[in-house]
Amino acid sequence: MNWFYFSSPSTFYGLAGRLAPWCFVSAAVLAAWGLYLGLLVAPTDAQQGEVYRVIFIHVPTAWMSMFLYFIMACYCGLTLVFNTRLSAMMARAIAPTGAMFTFVALWTGSFWGRPTWGTYWVWDARLTSELVLLFLYFGYIALANAFEDPRRGDRAAALLALIGVVNLPIIYFSVQWWNTLHQGSSVNFKGTSMHVTMLTGMLVMSFAAWMYAIGAALVRVRSIILERERRTQWVRELKAA
Amino acid sequence: MYWSSWSDFRAMGGHAFFVWMSYGALLLAVVVEMLLLRARRKRALAAIEEERDLETEN
Amino acid sequence: MNSVPQAPGSFSGGFAWAMARDLRLAWRHPDEAVLTVAFFVLVASLFPLGIGAEPQLLQRIGPGVIWVGALLAAFLALPGLFAADYADGSLEQMTLSPHPALGWAGGKIAAHWIVSGLPLTLLSPLIGLQYGLTPDTLLVQALSLAIGTPVLSLLGGACAALALGARGGGMLLALLALPLFVPVLIFGAGAAEAQATGLSPAPHLSLLAAALIAALVGLPWAVGAAVRIAVD
Repeated sequence: MNWFYFSSPSTFYGLAGRLAPWCFVSAAVLAAWGLYLGLLVAPTDAQQGEVYRVIFIHVPTAWMSMFLYFIMACYCGLTLVFNTRLSAMMARAIAPTGAMFTFVALWTGSFWGRPTWGTYWVWDARLTSELVLLFLYFGYIALANAFEDPRRGDRAAALLALIGVVNLPIIYFSVQWWNTLHQGSSVNFKGTSMHVTMLTGMLVMSFAAWMYAIGAALVRVRSIILERERRTQWVRELKAA
Repeated sequence: MYWSSWSDFRAMGGHAFFVWMSYGALLLAVVVEMLLLRARRKRALAAIEEERDLETEN
Repeated sequence: MNSVPQAPGSFSGGFAWAMARDLRLAWRHPDEAVLTVAFFVLVASLFPLGIGAEPQLLQRIGPGVIWVGALLAAFLALPGLFAADYADGSLEQMTLSPHPALGWAGGKIAAHWIVSGLPLTLLSPLIGLQYGLTPDTLLVQALSLAIGTPVLSLLGGACAALALGARGGGMLLALLALPLFVPVLIFGAGAAEAQATGLSPAPHLSLLAAALIAALVGLPWAVGAAVRIAVD
């Protein structure tokens, strides 16, 4: 199999179009199953009560927000090393979905925090790094769109994403360090034993989030390809057909 | 099935506001993203159309 | 115009040449350096007016306020780092010069630090006195700024090079640079605060030094790459 065959935007456009609906269908099926497990089947948590059910969307969105930044940075690395067009478009396509997941992770985290910790916001290492991550996504998107020449935006934003991905663990570590000095005891979920159904529900929801993110990125990359290549022959023929 | 009645399910043990605000936010975010994706695709297709019209005029 | 020297190129040659050139330019137009320092003093003086001037409160917030002020002042000086050279084409000449990008990019950033970070470091004890910090805290504060502000110049230099010619100017640069400054702020402000509360500032300072070493190793390369993207 020739991997470079699909690295041309024109062939990938068709492939993405065929794959995206399947991603959304499996995301919907997995989400329905996960929500059924999480909201209807799983027993209550002895310590937190029913509010723990936010975990079924909070943890998957928080995981996705970090995975997507990492994957975006990988595409950015490809962009800088091989100067491929498609990898830059994929990175651009992933960023808004990543920012969306980051925002939802922050939102659900604070609505979970209010009844469990008594406050909507704590300057906890995880929440604070997640907030910084949201700004990293915004910075990437803003820089990528800040130039007349999209190729220039691709490369500048790619380098920024690489600086960001190196910085992210340092940011997490620094906030955790700062946090332990300031608050002594921070919030701790360890020790609460997880019921098997809870774990299954969370994993199923994570796969649903994966499928949704892939589907959304594929649909977005198709639009990006059309925007960038609208003057090429193949796009015209595509529309005429 | 864990719940005994619909109203139990909706009340979420007294934490209905927090639980449903979280799930609602995710739902809203996904719906908004879907609408934005569709709008962007339409805009891209319209731009191609426009380009072609300009060309046929010339 | 300072013409770019011809072959043979070397790291140290490029570094010394770019640093001397930028320092000479800064010497001829000292207003930017003066404004940076004035801004720093002004921001630091606003906090007591806004929060209240109880000595205990001021001692508590002093290290943090000084660090945030230094961070913002260092950030405000960033657009000048590459913008003029980009506009008049000398940045492009530098990329074509025989010197490696690491050399002249490092030299420009070193000059930038001498003009912005160093005055802030030297001035910080005076601001600290306004906040009633003790002498040993003042010393640790200045030390943390001496180690931390070069990291800010390096990180900010990379962001400023990336944003060359972009729409959005200063706001865009803020969005790119400030989130990356977070660890430096935490370790830097933490050092003086630890000293003020009777703990050892050594762990903070060593972490800050580790960040500086990592930044010195990785970021000049990133700045060079960003400049090359900008002038291509």
